Amino acid sequence: MIPLSWYLILAAALFGIGLFGVLVRRNAVAILLGVELMLNAVNINLVSFWRYGDVSTMAGQVFAIIVFAVAAAEVSVGLALVISVYRRRNTVVADELDLLKW
Amino acid sequence: MTHESVTSLVWLIPLPPLLAFALIVLFTNKNKALSHTVAISAAFLSWLGAMIVFWNAVKTEHFGEHPFASAVNWLPTGETWLKVGVLIDPLSAAVLFFVGWTVLMIFIYSVGYHNYGQPAGDHDHKGLPPHGATVEEHGHKHVVPSIEPMYSRFFAFIGLFAFGMYTLVVSDNLLTLFVGWEIMGLCSYLLIGFWYGKPSARNAAMKAFMTTRIGDVFMLIGIAFLYYATGTLTYREIFTEETLHVLATVPSGVFGLSAAGLIAILLFIGTVGKSAQFPLHVWLPDAMEGPTPVSAMIHAATMVSAGVYAVIRMFPLLTAGWHEGAPLNSAMTFVAFIGAFTAIFAATIAVAQNDIKRVLAYSTISQLGFMIAAIGMGAYIAAVFHLITHAFFKALLFLGSGSVIHGMEHGVLHTGNHNVDPQDMFNMGGLRKKMPITFWTFLIGGFALSGFPLVTAGFWSKDEILADAFANGHLTIFITLAVAAFMTAFYTMRQITLTFLGEARTKEAEHAQENKWTMTAPLVVLSFFAVTYGWVGIPEHFPLLGGIIPNWFHEFVGGTLAEHPPVLEFNIVPLLTSLAVALGGLFFGWLVYRNVNSPAEDKLQIPFLKNKYYFDEMYEVIFIKPAVWFSEVFVSKWMDKGFIDGILHLFGPATGGVGSAIRNYFDLPVINQFLGDGSADATWWVGKNLRPIQTGRIQQYLVLSLVVLFVVGGLLYFLLLA
Amino acid sequence: MTGTQIIFLIFALFTLGSALMVVTTRNLIHAALWLVATLFGVAVIYTLLNAGFMAVVQVVVYIGAIAILFIFAVMLTRKDLRDNVSQMNKNWWAGAIVAVLTFAGLVFTLQGWSGFSKTAAAVPSGFDAISQLGDKLTSPAAYVLPFEVASVLLLAALVGAVYVAFNKK
Repeated sequence: MIPLSWYLILAAALFGIGLFGVLVRRNAVAILLGVELMLNAVNINLVSFWRYGDVSTMAGQVFAIIVFAVAAAEVSVGLALVISVYRRRNTVVADELDLLKW
Repeated sequence: MTHESVTSLVWLIPLPPLLAFALIVLFTNKNKALSHTVAISAAFLSWLGAMIVFWNAVKTEHFGEHPFASAVNWLPTGETWLKVGVLIDPLSAAVLFFVGWTVLMIFIYSVGYHNYGQPAGDHDHKGLPPHGATVEEHGHKHVVPSIEPMYSRFFAFIGLFAFGMYTLVVSDNLLTLFVGWEIMGLCSYLLIGFWYGKPSARNAAMKAFMTTRIGDVFMLIGIAFLYYATGTLTYREIFTEETLHVLATVPSGVFGLSAAGLIAILLFIGTVGKSAQFPLHVWLPDAMEGPTPVSAMIHAATMVSAGVYAVIRMFPLLTAGWHEGAPLNSAMTFVAFIGAFTAIFAATIAVAQNDIKRVLAYSTISQLGFMIAAIGMGAYIAAVFHLITHAFFKALLFLGSGSVIHGMEHGVLHTGNHNVDPQDMFNMGGLRKKMPITFWTFLIGGFALSGFPLVTAGFWSKDEILADAFANGHLTIFITLAVAAFMTAFYTMRQITLTFLGEARTKEAEHAQENKWTMTAPLVVLSFFAVTYGWVGIPEHFPLLGGIIPNWFHEFVGGTLAEHPPVLEFNIVPLLTSLAVALGGLFFGWLVYRNVNSPAEDKLQIPFLKNKYYFDEMYEVIFIKPAVWFSEVFVSKWMDKGFIDGILHLFGPATGGVGSAIRNYFDLPVINQFLGDGSADATWWVGKNLRPIQTGRIQQYLVLSLVVLFVVGGLLYFLLLA
Repeated sequence: MTGTQIIFLIFALFTLGSALMVVTTRNLIHAALWLVATLFGVAVIYTLLNAGFMAVVQVVVYIGAIAILFIFAVMLTRKDLRDNVSQMNKNWWAGAIVAVLTFAGLVFTLQGWSGFSKTAAAVPSGFDAISQLGDKLTSPAAYVLPFEVASVLLLAALVGAVYVAFNKK
């Protein structure tokens, strides 16, 4: 009924929007929001492949659960870093964090 | 000893002096005693070898047919080999005898002559004759003769000289003869110029070398021609009937001579140089610059004798096509003419010389002329005989004159007056009382030279030459030689009278002293031979004495030739002439000169004679000045400095220009600036312009990397899949 | 157009719209709240895919933990409460192009795949996804190891985050 392509296109669109957010937003936290969107798109992809493939192999869902865990870890560490940077430099604007400039 | 072992011994005879030369030069140069011991031991060993070989040669029956001969293949020449080897036939055995004795005597003499055992001089330099050392004795000083600074070097050189002579004598082919010849030429240069600090000695050495070299060039051409014509240089292979016949009959195209004649004349020119015949005689009197043992060595015992030996060796070639009694062929006439002319020419110069050694020098030239004339006439035995007797008494005379000079130098050192020339006979006189051994031995030598009858060897040999000339009808030669003999006796007696008889003319002569045994003993030994050697060659038909002692010499040496030379019939005329000229010359010499005390009183001091017919001056103008001009101006200045250096001077700047061009147009702009600095600048410029990419902003990095990813991915996708 | 399809479309649009709002609002709190909305939409999608467990975990973990964490982070890093500066940086157009290209690239690539338009097979009856999932996650023959490693990873992240953000006053 619902062809696989719909889910995949949805995931691709979500991924693109998340990528746009990562590349374009000034605030460091907003960048991490974009990353979250991308991870969700990946998860959608995984689960839809699970559903439209052999349902008895749970690999798709297991992978998605692992992605959850990783995303959580990544967000926590990333936000901790942003907070730490904010404390030091008093800014969260990504463009101003350019210590590795030439 | 067996024939083979004697032949092996012959190979060894030249080696001890060579070894002595090497040892002294390399090792014992600093130690004078060791040097002269090495040298004299070497001369003794060679003498011993020579005596053993001579004794065995004499013992062998018909030695001429079984000589000691041995050869080895040396140089491969296509199909055949050039062989070198040794040959002792009767001629070389006789020559070996006198060479052995004279060389040994001269070596021993040199020890005393160079003042071994004396202190080193006050201001003696290497290269100049020693000048005396001041010693304190019993509270007062006096000057004694000092030891020669270059003592060891002298023995090294005479060792090499002896090697050269022995090599020449024992060789069986023209090549090694020439090698020995040239070694002696070198040594004569080294020894005449021994006191190289004196300009006169240096010039004399060069003169000797150059003049003999001229002769050597022609000799080499002769040897080359001979090899070309016969394919061999070994005597016994050349002197075969067929080869000689061919050579004698083939015309050579030069002056109408046969091939044999031309070769003989070319080889003879070598002798003209080496034995100081006219016109290449000019070097020999100047060679008196060398120490006296050298003069004895060169001018009596070895070098000049080598020249005559070479001609005698080539006798079969010279006389190819001639036989006893026939008129002389052109080559022989030429040789005889040169010999006779030289004999009288040199004798006329000798009567006007005041230096004791110069008289003997011209005397040598004259006596060599006698020998050459004898060979030219075909008188083989007479020439060899005179060669050997002359070697003995001339060596004796030279060593004796050296002894006189040594004694006079003693006197000069005593008085301290160095302006007195110890070699000038007019400064001597009365030396018979001061130097008796020298006097008696010199007298014996002088009489032998003059041909004093019966008791001197010179008489027998000179008489034989005159007899041969007369018997074969060569009257011009006979008269020329007779006159020369008269003059010989005359100037010899002049020499003896001025030197030994009368009273001392100068203080230096009064203080002359007899010399040590190392100098007088050789004189005595040589005078023994000067007296007795003549008796081995008494002609058979000589009145009274002939036949008592067989003419061993004629028998023995005659065996060298393919045909034994005939025994001459006795004729009274040459004998009487010989007696007349000898005794007459001696008497007149004494008569005239017993009262002459200075050159002013000497009527024979004719400038033309005294200045040797101005030959040296003539050669200077004709040959030497043009040669010097050629080398200094033409070759050195124009060709070498101008032309060749000019070309090189083009190369230098040209290369410099090319180098600068490369540097300035390629190296600096291209390599330094463009590649070197340029690459650095380019890298810097690229770096400077790429730097802003690194903004430190993550988002920009991300965008950039994704863009690149798309671009590259797209490219790859479309390239690989399209 | 079946009912499922309609529901899917609605919620897909909802999700995408919320996502767009996440990346475009100026106010970060709003962005975080829009993120929550997006995550809800994704949860519904999971439900449509018969992955009920995933949907619940999505709500609990993502919305309940991560989104809250975002809100805390936004609050802790606010200089002043008014954000009236543009929220997009200088090169937003480059980012837009890249995003569009990525979407297009992905779709294009997937289009070439034969299974792109296949429909879902029916879930077999008696199929208990949750117990199957549990079984797979804890069985040594299956995925217990990645599961455990993931928990270690979470521990590490926890410690790291605490350490990094610790205020040593």
